[in-house]
Formats: sequence, structure tokens, C-alpha cells
Amino acid sequence: MKLTLRVWRQKNADAEGAMSTYEVDNISSDMSFLEMLDTLNEELILRGEDPVAFDHDCREGICGACSLVINGDAHGPERTTTCQLHMRSFKDGDTIDIEPWRAAAFPVIKDLVVDRSAFDRIIQAGGYITAPTGSAPEAHATPVPKPDADLAFEHAECIGCGACVAACPNGAAMLFTSAKVNHLNVLPQGAPERETRVLDMVAQMDEEGFGGCTLTGECATACPKGIPLVSITGMNKEWLRATRKVKR
Amino acid sequence: MARTVWDSSVGKKTVMAVSGLIMLSYLVVHMLGNLKIFFGSDEFNGYAHWLRTIGEPFMHYEWTLWLVRIVLVVAVIAHGVSAYQLSRRDIKARPSKYVHKKPRASYATRTMRWGGIILALFIVWHILDLTTGTVHSGGFQEGRPYQNVVDTFSTWYGNTIYIVAVLAVGMHIRHGFWSAAQTLGAGSRARDRALKAVANVLALVLTCGFLAVPVGVMTGVVS
Ligand code: HEM
Ligand code: SF4
Ligand code: FES
Repeated sequence: MKLTLRVWRQKNADAEGAMSTYEVDNISSDMSFLEMLDTLNEELILRGEDPVAFDHDCREGICGACSLVINGDAHGPERTTTCQLHMRSFKDGDTIDIEPWRAAAFPVIKDLVVDRSAFDRIIQAGGYITAPTGSAPEAHATPVPKPDADLAFEHAECIGCGACVAACPNGAAMLFTSAKVNHLNVLPQGAPERETRVLDMVAQMDEEGFGGCTLTGECATACPKGIPLVSITGMNKEWLRATRKVKR
Repeated sequence: MARTVWDSSVGKKTVMAVSGLIMLSYLVVHMLGNLKIFFGSDEFNGYAHWLRTIGEPFMHYEWTLWLVRIVLVVAVIAHGVSAYQLSRRDIKARPSKYVHKKPRASYATRTMRWGGIILALFIVWHILDLTTGTVHSGGFQEGRPYQNVVDTFSTWYGNTIYIVAVLAVGMHIRHGFWSAAQTLGAGSRARDRALKAVANVLALVLTCGFLAVPVGVMTGVVS
């Protein structure tokens, strides 16, 4: 395949960025999207140009590092991570626009790499349990009803990629935060911090400059792990419950 | 607790949902009351008079009405201020747009924001037109709402402003009712379809109910 790429290039956080156009040839439909970018970068290096900076790590859809907006869709046209997107989703001769996640809370560091440490600070605010962990406990030591276990597991799938923020017209982190809140708040292990968790995580989310939810549903459509929009409803419910219970 | 609510984006959205639902329940009653216009001038004007005497003799003349008005003014202000502040926050959170544009992204948000602004302007005009009579087209007569309504809907601009606003209300409620359920934590996977259906029915019934009056005047059924 021969493709035209329009890629966001930006030297550093303070520099002005712009779209640059590149041609790539001999792209196999079996390549992943990131391998296609590797091909581009090898060529750029050979030509003595600065390679395109982009985030990636596991390349198997579990770490959440890869983060590209492809033709206006976070992680591209398939419901998966960018690393799991394959070139068979494109046609010979296509022009592909590649941009970084856009949100005030995710400033661009270089080219397609954004700073997502705002998510880390939301986790630090309450996305953990204080029960002593250690080696894996005996599975039956703490009984968890099946529906609760399913709900927790569904939300534990969130890999913190930030596609939800990138897709949201308000740059909101509600889906990410709600995945963490729903995951931990439904489990007995998460019960001691049930109220403070949701209050603190939502407060941190606001503090970081993420927008609010207008229920457009763009986040859930973009999420590679299928975290549903109703998770936000669940978090709102937890937040209202916590506000009634905790005197602050 | 009040501070926690007002300072949080989730809390402010709760204020918006509760005030929106208060206005929505008022609109349902208001729409039903308006339909009395089809039973003639005496019944409609009598109904308007009764609104001022609700709760008597415990309440004084117009006290109940003023109570309702105060609740509504508080709701409109709370709703408008939180909508404004949240929208500012949302716009600030997304300073750079994508080069590759997708049209669908902000349909709901845009409809709600522009619809809300239309509604805010309409509410002011509507009160000046039919409550105080300040901008009324004919000779406004206190206590004779039937004639006042007929006068308003006998002008092209009266009809236009009103119809645009009613359509805006319909769209606002269609997304707003379902939204409010999510904001208040009342939505769920099992209930989603039902909530959307109720939102659609509410929007449709209110739109048709409110539109019936100007259509009635325009077609001569009410005159
Ligand atoms: C003063 C004029 C108004 C303005 C500026 C306004 C603006 C807004 C905005 C911006 C939203 C948020 C939409 C979103 O988050 O996607 C909203 C939601 C809502 N509005 Fe209004 N609106 C107004 C009047 C009304 C009226 C008259 C009603 C009564 C039917 C109403 C009912 C609602 C409801 C139920 C919601 C949903 C709240 C939620 O999302 O949780 N609004 N409004
Ligand atoms: S909710 Fe989905 S889109 Fe958002 S961070 Fe988690 S996995 Fe990524
Ligand atoms: S690189 Fe790890 S999820 Fe894509």
C-alpha cells in the first residue's frame, strides 16, 4: 500500500505545531498502525530528519500507552487500541490524519506525545485500596457476589489510555474516573474508602482542568475496552451518596 | 455540603438537573392549563383568576402564585448560572480542536447550549408579553388573558418567536430529561430504553401541547 500521512509535528511543549505531509510506500496490510509509523520513522532517520515521536509500550493492547487520533477518531476506525489497529483497515492511496490527544489537561510534549500524568494524580487521589496486599489471597476468603465481581471486572479493564478524554468535546475524564470508582467501590476490599474515593477523585479531576460531562457518549464510543456510558451514571450516584454521608 | 456541591462539576450538574426537572414539571402543568383556552374565554379567564386564589383562605390573593414564581426564578437562575459556568469549563478544557473534523461530536451539547440561550431570551419576552404586557402587541388587559393570547398569536412575530421557543423546549427536554436521570444516578442499563422513551414522549407531548394554542388562533378555532 502507498499512503499519504498528515502528521502533527511539534518540537516541544512551547513550540507551535502544524500538520506535515509524508508519503509512505510498501505498507503491508498485516502491519499494525505503529509498525507503519516505524517504517516512516526509519525513512526519516535515513534522510537525517527528526523521527515522529509517539507513545507506545506493550503493543498488545494492555498498557494504554499508545494514543493517536486517527482521522478524527481516538485509536482510529476500529474499537481497539492504536497498537492493535492494523493497516487492513485502510486502503491503498488513503490519506490519513494523525494527531495527538487534545485536552487542556493533556498538554503536548512533542509531536504525538502528550503528558497524561493528570490521570496518575486522579489515581493517587483515591484509585487504590488501603487493605494490606501481599501475595494473592485465597479466592474464597472474601466472598463477592457474582454480579458485583462482573461489574468490577468490566471496569477493571480500563487501561488508562485517555481515549475517552480525547474523544470528548469537553475534554472530560468522567469515563476514566468512573471506571476506577465503579471498579473499586463495588468490591468489599474497596469499601473502607468508598465515599472519600469518589469525592477525592472527582475533586482531583476538576482540579486538573478536565471538562464536565454533557452525556454526548463520545467517550464510550471511543473506549477500546468498552467501558459503557452508564458507568458515569454509576459514579454520579456514588458521588451523591458520598456527599450526603460525609461531612466536609 | 452546599460548598462541595457547588464547587464540583458533578455537583453543579446536579443543580442543573434538579432545577431543570423543577422547570420541566412546571411546564407540564403550564401546558395542560394553556389547553383550557379551547373551552372559551370565560373558562380560560376563570382559570387564570383561580390561579391567583389557590390556597385561600389560608393564603392571601396571589400568594401561592408568587410562591411558584419565586421557586421558578430561583430554578431559572440556578440552571442558567450552572449551565454557563459548566460550559465555560468545558470549552476551556478543550482549547485546541482537531484538524480532522468529525461532525457528530457535539450535537447534544450544541443543541442544549443554543437551545438554552433561546429559552432564556424567550422566557424574558414571554413574561414581558403576557404577564406584564410591556411588549404586548394589542391593548394588554390585566385579567383578560384569553384576548391577550389571541392578540399575540395574531402577529407573525409573536407566532414565530413562540414556535421557535417551543421547538427549542422540545429538543432541550429530549436530551435533558434523560441527562438529568444520568446526572442524578437514576439511569441504568436496564432502564435506559424506558428513560429515553419517556424523554421522547415528554418532549413530544409538551411540544404538541404548547403548539396547539398558536395553531388554534391561526386557524381561527380560538378567536
Ligand atoms: C434559562 C434558560 C436555559 C438555559 C440557559 C439552559 C441550558 C442548559 C444546558 C447548557 C444544559 C446542559 C446540557 C448538557 O449538559 O448536555 C441544560 C440541561 C437541562 N435543562 Fe436547561 N436550559 C434552560 C432552560 C431550561 C428549561 C426551561 C427547562 C425545563 C424544561 C430545562 C431543563 C433541563 C434539563 C432537565 C436538563 C438536564 C440536566 C442534566 O443534564 O443533568 N432547561 N440546560
Ligand atoms: S475508560 Fe476506556 S478510553 Fe478511557 S482511559 Fe479507560 S480504557 Fe481508555
Ligand atoms: S502500546 Fe500498550 S496498549 Fe497500545
